Amino acid sequence: MTPLLEVKNLHAEIDGKKILNGLDLVVNKGEVHAIMGPNGAGKSTLSYVLAGRDGYEVTEGDVLLNGESMLEMEPSERACKGVFLAFQYPMEIPGVATMTFLRAALNAQRKTRGEPELSSPDAIRKVKDVAGQLGINMDMLKRPVNVGFSGGEKKRAETMQMALLEPKLCLLDETDSGLDIDALKVVSEGVNRLRSPERGFVVITHYQRLLDHIVPDIVHVMSAGKIVRTGGKELAHELEASGYAQYQQEAA
Amino acid sequence: MAAVQETVEQVRQIDVDQYKYGFVTNIESEKAPKGLSEDIIRFISAKKNEPEWMLDWRLEAYRRWKTMQEPSWARVDYPPIDFQDLYYYSEPKKKPALKSLDEVDPEILATYEKLGIPLKEQKMLAGVVSDEGEDAGGDEAASGQPRARVAVDAVFDSVSVATTFKEELAKAGVIFCPISEALREHPDLVRKYLGTVVPTTDNFYATLNSAVFSDGSFVYVPEGVRCPMELSTYFRINEAQTGQFERTLIIADKGSYVSYLEGCTAPMRDENQLHAAVVELVALDDAEIKYSTVQNWYPGDADGKGGIYNFVTKRGDCRGRNSKISWTQVETGSAITWKYPSCVLRGENSRGEFYSIAISNGRQQVDSGTKMIHLGKNTSSRIISKGISAGRSQNTYRGLVSAHRKASAARNFTCCDSLLIGNECGAHTVPYIEAKNASATFEHEATTSKISDDQLFYCLQRGLSEEEAVALIVNGFVRDVLQQLPMEFAVEAQKLISISLEGSVG
Ligand SMILES: Nc1ncnc2c1ncn2[C@@H]1O[C@H](COP(=O)(O)OP(=O)(O)O)[C@@H](O)[C@H]1O
Ligand SMILES: [Mg+2]
Repeated sequence: MTPLLEVKNLHAEIDGKKILNGLDLVVNKGEVHAIMGPNGAGKSTLSYVLAGRDGYEVTEGDVLLNGESMLEMEPSERACKGVFLAFQYPMEIPGVATMTFLRAALNAQRKTRGEPELSSPDAIRKVKDVAGQLGINMDMLKRPVNVGFSGGEKKRAETMQMALLEPKLCLLDETDSGLDIDALKVVSEGVNRLRSPERGFVVITHYQRLLDHIVPDIVHVMSAGKIVRTGGKELAHELEASGYAQYQQEAA
Repeated sequence: MAAVQETVEQVRQIDVDQYKYGFVTNIESEKAPKGLSEDIIRFISAKKNEPEWMLDWRLEAYRRWKTMQEPSWARVDYPPIDFQDLYYYSEPKKKPALKSLDEVDPEILATYEKLGIPLKEQKMLAGVVSDEGEDAGGDEAASGQPRARVAVDAVFDSVSVATTFKEELAKAGVIFCPISEALREHPDLVRKYLGTVVPTTDNFYATLNSAVFSDGSFVYVPEGVRCPMELSTYFRINEAQTGQFERTLIIADKGSYVSYLEGCTAPMRDENQLHAAVVELVALDDAEIKYSTVQNWYPGDADGKGGIYNFVTKRGDCRGRNSKISWTQVETGSAITWKYPSCVLRGENSRGEFYSIAISNGRQQVDSGTKMIHLGKNTSSRIISKGISAGRSQNTYRGLVSAHRKASAARNFTCCDSLLIGNECGAHTVPYIEAKNASATFEHEATTSKISDDQLFYCLQRGLSEEEAVALIVNGFVRDVLQQLPMEFAVEAQKLISISLEGSVG
């Protein structure tokens, strides 16, 4: 079976600085992978490179989505093929109502995939349905994208976008940062609802606590731009106890 | 940084040549010979069957103009204009006195079709009031609203070719007609108000306009009447090297209300075309005038060749107590824009508003803003200006807020925001403030921002193309102003903003 995501010997740099150093990762449909590691390990960089952000240069290796190399694809093309990145710091877009933004994204993706665009009423209904399922206040849909949102609201909004766009590969970057325990539960619940045999997840986190709520199938430890250890969910607990010090030394 | 860099690349190759509206309608025109002289002015006046006093008024302006100098203080740069090398009058050949749009030259209608202008009067002429509101993109509250009805006085080149909804307006006592017709049918009204807001001596271009204006709209809303529909005029410049000198005069008598919409596009031409319009608004006691403009004239090609010179004088006089005038403009076109729709707040308690979106791309130069002249007691004004610069364009906001000695308790709030796309454009804010009355409160806010790489990437990651992303972010930036436009125009303006930024990114 072709893996959903296959990262092969990935080397990448930004502004001439090498950040990823031969990273390998295979995510199959239905799996949830956690990537843990100390600050500066290159976790966010990995998510940006997978999403195709401008400015990151891949110098070696390949990234395949369902067996197809994504390296030459624009970020929006990757998004339309089902790659979704839940941002650590979601951006504010002043003056653009969240509803407007979601409808634009939904229809842009449908258009690119050659599917018929949804009419305004249909799109509005769909957004409201998804928001309702996640217990999101309709008021939030009228507010400009992420503007004045609390940390918890931002992450909830990201989860809602993910649910709406129905991606194949979900990348979550430090979704737990800035969340209190209640918000963490709500967001995790939203993510868990999206788990399906057809979908894969890469959950990036510094702390183990998120993984109590989103229980991973596989845990990787990343350090200095590559995966240095892989194990089951118990690895997260082990890390919680021992910290990252040993891996930082290993990498150095 | 990299995305911005790339944007800059793409802006550099901006394809303003693809100006969508660059086509020429082939209609034989009857025009006066090139150049300007007393004879030409007599020709224009005679063509229009004007009263004698009007001819004298024009000639006086012309003599005055010959002694004047072109202004040079604006931040715009263009080669000298040879005023003797222009045509000052042209009209499409037509059957006289058209009764409905059906009688309009089909080529003109086809031209409008290409423009995509929502000439909804086709429906409206048939008496259909559509209620399938398009969403302005704000939120669902915007949709489902019945569309306002619009009366259209289409100005093609210099002559109004069609006027609709006349009857219903007449029933309400509203006069809405070409100014040339008003000069014949309502000479006393015109004479009473013409030149009282923008005097013939006002400035170089206004004086030129006074001498040679060919046509434009005249509106009179009688006392206590709320005009039953939005009034709309579409101006087009079609004849090569035709100076276009529109003159519009709108009078809102005591306690009346009128909303007037003006939209403009012009076909592509190599020669620069001069446009020097004058618009005068008069609001008497308790009256309100809302004047909206959407302007997307040809901006010139990628090298800054061609394009319209738009040197306009627009001024409103809040002559009566509690009167209100608001200007809303969406300016995306023209090679050079020199335009300062202003309010003279003469009446006690009167209010002036200016809402502006000015977009410049390619090599466009915009020097625009407003003047709020507080003369009366307890007058207030509000200025919201949103400038967007892309490509190698220069975009200047120039504004004056002044309070006269007698203008006690005058209040102004000004907010000027600039958004830059790329690194080769410029945004400038030049506010002048004069308060001769100590009780005046003037507030001024200004911001300059750039579309950030982070914002752009966020949108792309959700599946939007770069172009869609920029349009969305820009539409968010101008939202406060878009909301001031009548629904009819908000949708069109939003599309126009996207079109005018096409090519500013990949
Ligand atoms: N734009 C950049 N230019 C130079 N170095 C960068 C840039 N972005 C990130 N880095 C560096 O790359 C390394 C990895 O960063 P990041 O991917 O954010 O790590 P993590 O998410 O694991 O904390 C850090 O040392 C960081 O300083
Ligand atoms: Mg990080």
